[in-house]
Order: sequence, then C-alpha cells, then structure tokens
Amino acid sequence: MHWAHSHLLTVSDLSADDIHTVFELAERFAEMAHRPVKKAPALKGKSVVLFFAEPSTRTKTSFDIAAKRLSADTFSLAQSGSSLQKGENIKDTALTLQAMHPDALVIRHTVSGAAQYLSRILSCNVINAGDGWHAHPTQALLDGFCLHQVWSSFAQRTLLLLGDIAHSRVARSDVELFHKLGVQLRVCAPRTLLPRGIDNWPVQVFTDPVQACSGVDAIQCLRLQLERQDSGLLPSIREYAQVYALRPALLQLTQPEVKILHPGPMNRGVEIESSLADSSKSLVLSQVSAGVAVRMALLYLFLTQSPKE
Amino acid sequence: MSAPECAVRNGRWRDRLVDVFIARGHIVDLLPADPSRDLGHLDCIDAHGALLLPGLIDAHTHLREPGQEYKEDIASGLQAAAQGGFSHIMCMANTDPVNDCAPVTEFQLHKASATHPHGPFLHPVGALSKGLSGKELAPFFELAEAGCVALSNDGIPVADNHLFRRAVEYSTGPGLPVIDHCEDPGFSAHGVVNEGLISDALGLPGQPSIAEAMQVSRDILVARYLQIPIHLAHISTRESVELIARAKQDGVPVTAETCPHYLLWDQECVRGYNTLAKVNPPLRTRDDVLSLRQAVSEGVIDILVTDHAPHADFEKDAPFAQAPNGISGLDTALSLTWSLILDQILGIKDLCRLWSFAPASLFSLPVNEFCAGSPADICIFNPDDSWTVQAKDLASKGKNTPSMGQRLSGRVQAMMVQGRLVYARE
Ligand SMILES: [Zn+2]
Repeated sequence: MHWAHSHLLTVSDLSADDIHTVFELAERFAEMAHRPVKKAPALKGKSVVLFFAEPSTRTKTSFDIAAKRLSADTFSLAQSGSSLQKGENIKDTALTLQAMHPDALVIRHTVSGAAQYLSRILSCNVINAGDGWHAHPTQALLDGFCLHQVWSSFAQRTLLLLGDIAHSRVARSDVELFHKLGVQLRVCAPRTLLPRGIDNWPVQVFTDPVQACSGVDAIQCLRLQLERQDSGLLPSIREYAQVYALRPALLQLTQPEVKILHPGPMNRGVEIESSLADSSKSLVLSQVSAGVAVRMALLYLFLTQSPKE
Repeated sequence: MSAPECAVRNGRWRDRLVDVFIARGHIVDLLPADPSRDLGHLDCIDAHGALLLPGLIDAHTHLREPGQEYKEDIASGLQAAAQGGFSHIMCMANTDPVNDCAPVTEFQLHKASATHPHGPFLHPVGALSKGLSGKELAPFFELAEAGCVALSNDGIPVADNHLFRRAVEYSTGPGLPVIDHCEDPGFSAHGVVNEGLISDALGLPGQPSIAEAMQVSRDILVARYLQIPIHLAHISTRESVELIARAKQDGVPVTAETCPHYLLWDQECVRGYNTLAKVNPPLRTRDDVLSLRQAVSEGVIDILVTDHAPHADFEKDAPFAQAPNGISGLDTALSLTWSLILDQILGIKDLCRLWSFAPASLFSLPVNEFCAGSPADICIFNPDDSWTVQAKDLASKGKNTPSMGQRLSGRVQAMMVQGRLVYARE
C-alpha cells in the first residue's frame, strides 16, 4: 500500500489508484463494525483534531468514531457560527491548533479554500471535511465506496446528481470522483441552481428530471438549502418539490435495480419523497456506515503511510 | 524666457538624446544632447541615455488616510507615487471618514503638502453621495472649493439610477467630472471572482461579467440623455468594451479607464485561492484581457490607472472569500506597462497618452509635453534595468501584488516634479 499525500483537500489530489486503495482498505475496516470488539490499535498514540467551524453532527461523529475505532485520540474544537461572523481570524485559530501538535486535522468550514489555507500553515495532515461550496472529498469517497459495494464495476454505469448543483460541494467532489472512476454522469436542477460553467463539466446537463432519470443506475439527491427561495433562485419550495423531488413516478424511468443516495441531512418531502428514502432501493444508511469505514481508511493511510514533511 | 537653473542631460525623448533645460519648475529649452556642452554652474542630472517620460498621472488610487493608515497613509502613498514615476495622483473618497466634506479634503491636502511639499501632488476625489451611502448628494461646490478635482462613489456603486442622474447633472455646477464604479451591485451579488470556470472550480460565488456591462449601459444612456460626460472606472470585460466603442462612435460623451492588471492577468491567477489576485472587478478571462488590450491601443479605453488598493499582509493572509479586494499598484505600474510595450501591444507614444496626456486633459491637470513652457515633470525610466519585485523595494505599505517575486523589465531611475528631484534610485 502506497500513500504519497500529505493532505486531502479535494478529489483532484487523488488518482484512480488512490481511490481504489481507499476502497480496498475501507472494505477491510467495514468488516470491523460487525465484530464484538470494534477497536484496533493501529493509531494508538496519534491525536486527531476535529475542527468543525460549521455545524455538522453527522460528519463529525463519523470521523470521531473512525478515529476511535483505530485507537487514536480525538479532540474537538468547535467554533460557533457567530464568532466566525465577527471576523474571527482563521490564522490565529490555525496557530493555536498547531501549538497543540496534532497528527491530523479534520476541518469543516463555511469558507471555500479554508482547508487549503490551513494546509499551508500547519505541519500535520489536513483532511477537508467540507469547505464552503468547494469540496467534500470524503463524502465523494464514501459515495463511491457505497456503490462499489453494490456494483461489480463502474463501467457502463450512469449516476444522476439531482438538486442544487451550484451551491453543492458534494456535487463538485462527486463529479470529480465518479468521472475518475469512469461513471457516466448526469446533473439535473433548475437552471438557477446550475453553475454558469456547467458546460465545461464532464456531465450531461438536464433541467427536466423526467429526461434526466431515464435509464440511470443511481441517483444522488442533493440537499436544498431552504433559504434559496429567498434569494430569488426559486419561486417556492412547493414548486421545487413538485418538479424536482425524487418521487416514484421518476423511478419508473430508471434501471430497475436503481440505487438512491442522499448525503444527508434530508429534507423529506423537498428533495426526496419520504417513502423512497426508506425504501429497499435506498442506500442512505449504507452511506453512513460506508462513511465510517472510508474515514478509518483515510486516517490510517494519512497517519501511517503519508510522507512526513 | 528665464535663464536655466538646472538640466537633465542625455535623456532619450522620441528616439533622440536630448538635454532638457529647466527654470522655475518649467522646461525652458530642449536641445540635442551634446556631451561637450559646458553647463558650468547648472545643477545637472545625467540620465545616461535612459528614457524621459512625462510625469505620469494616476486618476484612481486609494490612499486609506484618514482612517486606515495601517494599510497606507498619504506620505507612504505619495512616496510610492514618486518611486513609480507619477507626478500627480487622484485619491478616491472611500476613506474613514469618507471624503464628503471640505474638512476631509483639506486634511488630505494638508498632509500631502506637509510630507511632499514639492510633489508628487495629491488631488482628492470627492464623494458622490454623503458617506458613499448612495442616498443623498454630497456638497459638490464645497468639495470643489476645498480642492477636489472629480467626484465618485468608487468602492460602492450607486444603484439608484435617479440619484445617479441627479449627481451627474449637479456636478456640472462646480464643473467636476463624475467617475463611476461600473458594477450593478444587485447583479454582482457578492461575487468574489469572475463567474464561470474559476467560480465553479473554487466553489466561490461568482461575479458575472455583465454586472459591469449593465452599469456601463446605464451610464452610457445617462450620458447620452443628459449630454454630460461620465468617466467609467476600471473597465474589465469585453462586453463593456463593445458598449463603450459603440457609444463613442455615436458621439456619447463617455470616457473609460482600465488598469495594468486587467491587461496582463486573467482569472487563472486566482487558482489556489491566491488572495493577492483578488480584486474588484475580478480578474476576467483571457478573452477579456485580449479585448481590453485592443481597446487600449485603439483609444476606446482612454486612460490607464492603477486602482492602487493597498492592504496589510495579515488581511490578505486569509481564506479567499474573507480577504479584501485590491492590488497595490503605484510602485509597479510603469514596469508592468513596459511589459506591454516589450510585447508590442503598446508603443511609447501610447504610454505617454494613456498615463499622462489623456488623464491630464480629462481632469484638467498640468502635463509635460516636452516643449518650452511645459511643467518639468519628468520621469527618468531605464528600460534595461530589470528587477525582482520584493516587499522591501515597494514604498507603498501595501505589498499586495500578484507580481511579488516576479521579474519585471524596466524601472524608474529618478523622478522630477516641477524641476525638483523627488526620487532618485541609489
Ligand atoms: Zn472601484
């Protein structure tokens, strides 16, 4: 196993081989969840700081469990939304973190580029757990791993990203990752929620979900920030839900074995009809389990294999 | 004609070597250089064959005083101007407090004459609206009398079309030109980079190029309707260039400026969240750069300005979206323009027009035309002196330029304003 990276900032840092290395390792770690004692000593004595400057219970808990299953110590550093708005200086926060000498830092931040910024200042491994609209590489890896577990191969597969693409770091990272894996990609959203340069992305673009869903093997529903309607991007949440929510009629058009994903947290009834989120086609809970396994794999790789600066 | 008091020898002007004789701050004679000529008692500067340029005029700088002297103050800004080859600079009103009344203008002029009594000279631009709020007109007569040479809401574009129209009309009373920051603030929607490939890749809110063109269109319509000139600040897009070209053909009284950074760099400079390249309007596409270059050489864009916007290092050392907009420009403007001459995009005549003759006529400032009677504002520029931009070499407190660490060709050797040496490189 070879891991040449000091940081995970975006999917573009990774080669297809790197991605498969993560998947292989994640497969081994996923199995641990079914043991009576869910702990291995691999990272004993390592410390991982979880710096979540934007609230996220789900991702933070996932990293926390992943680190603890490998016996690393975790330290949480919260930064409330309000102190950020007061212009708290991220450099000072970074230097404070540096003084604690962590082995790895997991960062979630509202500002695009925050992870990259910290990686320039800190001497530890930096793992981006989501920055602004920019990137969410561990989410993309877990989405990939999840489908890797149910599909024999990524070739000839079509994945649709349905929902707010423009403001989604998940969409950006998923597109990069699945493109590297050879998956055919589609995106579908109202034009107001598609980025201006979407024609340069390696995706087929749709504004009509009926066309977009036809024949796809998997659909990743993306969360709609409910305040989008206030900024003139949508007439109403109701109309959005009526047209763009994943609903049984749309599933009729897909491959019969279609898989449904959602990075969570879900707005049931807005981007996905509640019954579908709980259906047998849904991988939403597998995504959560896959998240822990993938993050264990990443922490393992970074803390034992990565080159030290 | 007065007897010469001093001379600049061996300077290159229009492909000839000349000796320039100066008295009482003005040129009294210009003769072919003659090393054997005995200048006896005269105070002489030897240009050693370097280029002589008229003193440059920067119609758009931000000097931060009063209010944010840690970024720049009038003394350091004027020092950067001297070192950059400028004899006159115009400073925008977005200080704290805003320059919307005589005491602020007078304070700035006092600081300038106290620290740089012999130049470069400062010409404040008064606010278009009180506090730059875009709600009430500032007192234009008061500002003119205190020494302002133009009016602008630069930094905070006026969204209210009615108020903007009234401002343009009222400005004719004191006779001050209006400079407009061309950005439809509703349409630019907090974009921090050009909308498109870069905003997509970096996950940053994008500013559409047509947010600028929309305001340009408005200003053209207002200028045509009122038949009153409006000057359009820091143009950065092809759409704007096309609108301005057509308006000029139709005889609409608009003029326009752009900055060296829009002629040299495109949005790719921002990759890696490079905050040194964060500027408003944002760096655009290569296509926009090419369109602007053509517009500048053809005179569609009338003048060059620096939009000198100094910031402290710690402010630029931040995640991209949180860093302030602006490039520090006075120290490097001429060397950057020189690179356009080396690339044969501009000629030396264009340089003199864009940086000196045209801004002087637009804002009624004195200009050196290298003939008897002209003010002796002379920039001695050595095109062969290449240098690597380093923080310690910039006189401005703002070290925020994407050319930091880059090698530039051509450097100001000395600067004379009204016959006095205000800067000489050791
Ligand atoms: Zn401006």
